[in-house]
Amino acid sequence: METLAQIKSRIEAAVPGATVQIISNDSPAAQNSLLVDRAHAVAVAQFLRDDAELKFDYCSNVTGVDWPQAELTEKIKIKKLVDGVEKEVEEVKKTIRPAYLEAVYHLYSMEKKHGPVILRMRTEDRAEKTHLPSLTPVWRSCEFQEREIFDLFGITFDGHPDLRRILMWEGYKDHPMRKDYVEPDDYEYEPTPHDEVLEKAKKHYPAAS
Amino acid sequence: MDEGLKNELQKQGVFTTTLEEIYNWGRRNSIWPLQFGLACCAIEMIATTMARYDLARFGAEVFRPSPRQADLMIVAGTVTKKMAPQVVRLYNQMAEPKYVIAMGACAISGGPFKQGYNVLKGIDRFIPVDVHIPGCPPRPEALIHAFMTLQRKIAEQELIGAAQPRHLNPDAPSEFPVPQYGEHDLQPPNNPKVWRAPALVR
Ligand code: SF4
Repeated sequence: METLAQIKSRIEAAVPGATVQIISNDSPAAQNSLLVDRAHAVAVAQFLRDDAELKFDYCSNVTGVDWPQAELTEKIKIKKLVDGVEKEVEEVKKTIRPAYLEAVYHLYSMEKKHGPVILRMRTEDRAEKTHLPSLTPVWRSCEFQEREIFDLFGITFDGHPDLRRILMWEGYKDHPMRKDYVEPDDYEYEPTPHDEVLEKAKKHYPAAS
Repeated sequence: MDEGLKNELQKQGVFTTTLEEIYNWGRRNSIWPLQFGLACCAIEMIATTMARYDLARFGAEVFRPSPRQADLMIVAGTVTKKMAPQVVRLYNQMAEPKYVIAMGACAISGGPFKQGYNVLKGIDRFIPVDVHIPGCPPRPEALIHAFMTLQRKIAEQELIGAAQPRHLNPDAPSEFPVPQYGEHDLQPPNNPKVWRAPALVR
């Protein structure tokens, strides 16, 4: 299979205007992925599916990720003049990562027997502009999984043929897999509570008299 | 009747019994379960009915696909909050006398999914349960044990008096409110007439 960088440049050549970014994964898995922009995602997906070399004809998994706003700290080494001598000093750089929701697609090719290539899309924010284009018209296997993301993360997939909740019921208001989800307080006895569960348990102890 | 006299008569070929005994004997040896399963525990329930464990020895081989013909509801598996109203409705549709076995960690408490957002923490929050079986999943022997426990329970029921079973008491309810889908949880999240949270003392 071609490398991710090759795939990226071929996408950019084939789909004019598409912005593709390689998101690197520093963990031992080193599974890097492609971030595509919302406007061209369907065209990019179609290219990946139909290109004679790539032929990603199977989407095995779609999942969601919730990224709340966070302050990232990064240590960088810069050269500075200290008392007339040039020295290398470490400085902490702080950046604010905006909040967004992400959908992640794992693509394989049955015909070429290669994969996976990981495709990501990000919403504008996680409050209102939570729309992404649906890739179900490209890969039919996304249908239920996009419904699951819609249910649990609250991403609306435009162009999905049947976007309804799948695990929870109609009329349910929350998105349980979001990090700020608060579950209903129906605590019950727990033999060894700790951390959050202990905090919760304490609220249910009889008031000390 | 005097036990000694009863034994003497039996040796002569004369059998005596009471209405209560024969009524309970008949009921406990022909308990037809409702045919439904919710998750992995149902596979063990199916195994229990097949040749190796043979639930037919206890008079329960006839799994009925209709709640109208069933006596026993084996809640075998995870009860999700989305499924709970249907389970309660099926229970309500069963004719008295009816019994419930909650099979497995999920059905008795939510089990491995207890802290989950979509799983009911035990079906006994909405309907009365006669026998709880722990285990994930319980082995077929455990289900058979629960079955024998239920049979023993039925055998001890008295037709009159305080130990009277529920179906002979016209004041006792045989239907329980079906929970509604709420915006954040089931409404109500439990039936306080059936279930109460255990008091936490530490
Ligand atoms: S108790 Fe275990 S085996 Fe039974 S339904 Fe729950 S998870 Fe499955």
